Amino acid sequence: MSEIRFTKDHEYVRVDGDVGTVGISDHAQQQLGDVVFVELPALGAKFDKGAGAAVVESVKAASDIFAPVSGEVVAVNGDVDAEPGLINQDALGRGWIMKIKLADPKELDGLMNQSDYDAFLQTLA
Amino acid sequence: MRYLPLDASDRALMLARVGAADIDALFSDIPADKRLSALLDMPGSMSELEVERALTTMAARNVAAGSVPFFLGAGAYRHHIPASVDHLIQRSEFLTSYTPYQPEIAQGTLQALFEFQTQVAALTGMEVANASMYDGSTACAEAMLMAHRLTRRKKAVLSGGLHPQYSDVAATLAEMAGDEIVRMSLDVRASEDIGAEIDDSTSCVIVQTPDFFGNLRDLAPIAAAAHAKGALLVAVFTEAVSLGAVRSPGEMGADIVVGEGQSIGNALNFGGPYLGLFAAHLKHVRQMPGRLAGETLDADGRRSFVLTLSTREQHIRREKATSNICTNSGLCALAFSIHLTLLGEAGLRRLARVNHAHAVDLAERLGAIGGVSMLNETFFNEFTIRTPRNARALVEDLASRGVIGGLPVSRLAPDAGLDDLLVVAATELNSAADRAAYAAALAQCL
Repeated sequence: MSEIRFTKDHEYVRVDGDVGTVGISDHAQQQLGDVVFVELPALGAKFDKGAGAAVVESVKAASDIFAPVSGEVVAVNGDVDAEPGLINQDALGRGWIMKIKLADPKELDGLMNQSDYDAFLQTLA
Repeated sequence: MRYLPLDASDRALMLARVGAADIDALFSDIPADKRLSALLDMPGSMSELEVERALTTMAARNVAAGSVPFFLGAGAYRHHIPASVDHLIQRSEFLTSYTPYQPEIAQGTLQALFEFQTQVAALTGMEVANASMYDGSTACAEAMLMAHRLTRRKKAVLSGGLHPQYSDVAATLAEMAGDEIVRMSLDVRASEDIGAEIDDSTSCVIVQTPDFFGNLRDLAPIAAAAHAKGALLVAVFTEAVSLGAVRSPGEMGADIVVGEGQSIGNALNFGGPYLGLFAAHLKHVRQMPGRLAGETLDADGRRSFVLTLSTREQHIRREKATSNICTNSGLCALAFSIHLTLLGEAGLRRLARVNHAHAVDLAERLGAIGGVSMLNETFFNEFTIRTPRNARALVEDLASRGVIGGLPVSRLAPDAGLDDLLVVAATELNSAADRAAYAAALAQCL
């Protein structure tokens, strides 16, 4: 059973076993506007939690995507490379960016679950 | 605005505020042996008339490029510039506008840059070119950094045929960034095996053609060797007119093409301002440094021009920008574009043929002189000769006979043991009489 966690920078990580699928939240894609380019990390790259791991560029801005958890990149989504608009259409599904093999599952405890994140978004409104 | 100089108490106040003991403390980053310890030995104050006389006398000792037979190249070339080029670039809309990039008011500049980019892409055989950079050497260094970003590797291999000053600029940047550089030794006869230097950590090889010594190099096998290791080929040229005669670097497999555009539309200008040309493949456009003008439609559906892909740039992406260079050589680019437009494709090819023909004639004349040997098997409008004398002393003797004979290799590479080599260029401006004068003067100096 997968569970989803969010960062205050609006990345999500959906965890299955020891692998987390990382992307940006639906709120984030709405704020960015039309995504026109995604710079994916290299397979095998290792990131510490909070390090810049990818870049999402919209018509408005280029934004760093920070690794929500530490670990090694085990997959990147070639579909968003070819069709960046997938992030707008389905940020939490087909618009995922990379999969990270978790170095330390305890890091998830520091992230927000869905209801915490929803409450966090209310504070931004 | 006031231009009153500061007095001692102002200076003391400022030093105290920044926490510096004295003025010299502000220069502590400069190595002590590079700083003056005493005042320059300069004459005291003079009247305006005295200064004018002194400087006129000094200036008369110069031998100006346009006043004598002139065969100097090595990265800066003397070509004919039609009078219309200078006339057009001096229109105030172009000459005096500062950062004229707001599409609402700058359609002329933006369209000119768009046309310039189109010309550079066509010349280099690439898909996209930027709105220009400072000069060939900085464009070359930026190409190296772009290759690092694209390959996520940090080692560049520099051909021994690359202009030594271009190598120096790349090495300076690499040193500051902690990146690795492999500088191959000066390769007078284009005989190096650069493929052997490429390994799995190489981001790019940087190869110039025509090279510093004038040799033409086939880039195709170098591109294949680089690509086999996942590295990129950065192709460099210093003589843009050569592109009217040789296969474009893009056709030969280059991934990034950079060069000096001064040859077309721009005078020698004492070494600057010059014009960096930069072209790449469309798939790499987001990692390309510099500004890009693009074509679009306005609200009424009319063709118009804007700066595009600015999200890569410093003013939006701050420290994550693809480059710290957000500016370009707009007026030099305009001069390039106007001259190239006047030439057209057929005109550029004719100009290139004339350059080559003059160089061939010069090579034959100089090669016929006893003791002089021609080192190139191939060349465009520049080649290297070996002379029986020290080349630096030789060019001084030639200058005293009214001929600027070329660049002694030792001037840019003093420790390479190549003191007898001279790099010689001929353009459309070197008449048959000039070439004969050179051969006669050289024969007298040996």
